[in-house]
Amino acid sequence: MLGRLSVPPTVKRGAPFAVRVIVQHPMETGFRRDYDGKAIPMNIVDKLSCTYGGREVFRAELGSGIAANPYFVFYVVARESGPLAVEWSDDRGQTGKVAADVKVA
Amino acid sequence: MRSLLVLFIALPLAAAAAAPPRPSPLKNGSEFQSADVRALQADDFANPMALWVDRGRALWSAARDGRSCAGCHGDAAASMKGVAARYPRFDPALGRVVDLGQRVAACFESSGGAKLPAESDDLLALTAYVALQSRGMPLAVSIDGPARATWEKGRDLYFTRVGQLDMACTSCHDASWGKTLLAEPVSQGHPTGWPAYRLEWQRPGSLQRRLRACFNGVRAEMPPYDSPDLVALELYLAWRGRGLPLESPGVRR
Repeated sequence: MLGRLSVPPTVKRGAPFAVRVIVQHPMETGFRRDYDGKAIPMNIVDKLSCTYGGREVFRAELGSGIAANPYFVFYVVARESGPLAVEWSDDRGQTGKVAADVKVA
Repeated sequence: MRSLLVLFIALPLAAAAAAPPRPSPLKNGSEFQSADVRALQADDFANPMALWVDRGRALWSAARDGRSCAGCHGDAAASMKGVAARYPRFDPALGRVVDLGQRVAACFESSGGAKLPAESDDLLALTAYVALQSRGMPLAVSIDGPARATWEKGRDLYFTRVGQLDMACTSCHDASWGKTLLAEPVSQGHPTGWPAYRLEWQRPGSLQRRLRACFNGVRAEMPPYDSPDLVALELYLAWRGRGLPLESPGVRR
């Protein structure tokens, strides 16, 4: 699954920085019907988490009220330079991951 | 003398019928959107179309049967600059006027690729990636020569009342733009942001899909995808919005 991740090129030690994530997903609620009247089965991303330097720093549990292609912005405090990764999975077991390196100046 | 007078009156009328007036001042599609939708469109990271643009960029250089878009066209930033502003246009090889999506699909298929169905993610992605290269450039389609008949057909469709509501495109987009329809402002109907991410659809769609939605809105029969009627309307609209800067990939309510 496709996603996009944005972190600042460099961050100041001890300062919070914005992590922006956008995940490509239909987020089908399960309440809709197609043109033939058949129910469209539910299909949503239900878990998303962010690790920074090997430690989990953010986790979200999503429901069917979230729009398609969900967009997240959250803040993380810069401690050390290291990898930052965001992983998610949907209710059918499909997973996706985006990663970037955080450089602490 | 009287016949001359009639001629003088008739000539401007005929000219007006041939090239109908445009709304004044011309306003781009995003100007009718709310501030947060405009902000979403302007943010190259958060604009959800960026996901499809990424996909289009990958497709551009992906090999299929030993060939690729980049193999012939090179760097899209150079070769595709300004292309989207000239579509729909007459294609000599196909012998008809085609819109950008149809041109992309025809090229993709004839160079070893699969047939990309209308509104498929791959087709929208490639079209959005190509359209992005013309962002900010003014719409400038040609309606001369072989495209003329299609333009005239599109113009006639634009002024033809259809559906149970018995409305033509002009009923809203010339006579009532800027007013409110239910909760939405009525735009001038310029095709500058397509393919666009429409929040109502929760995904990107082509201008053809948007036009079909308008037919549905006045409770008329929707023309099928890629029908000559839709392409003719697209050409007329592009001509009508000439000079406005392209803003694809757009975000629309």
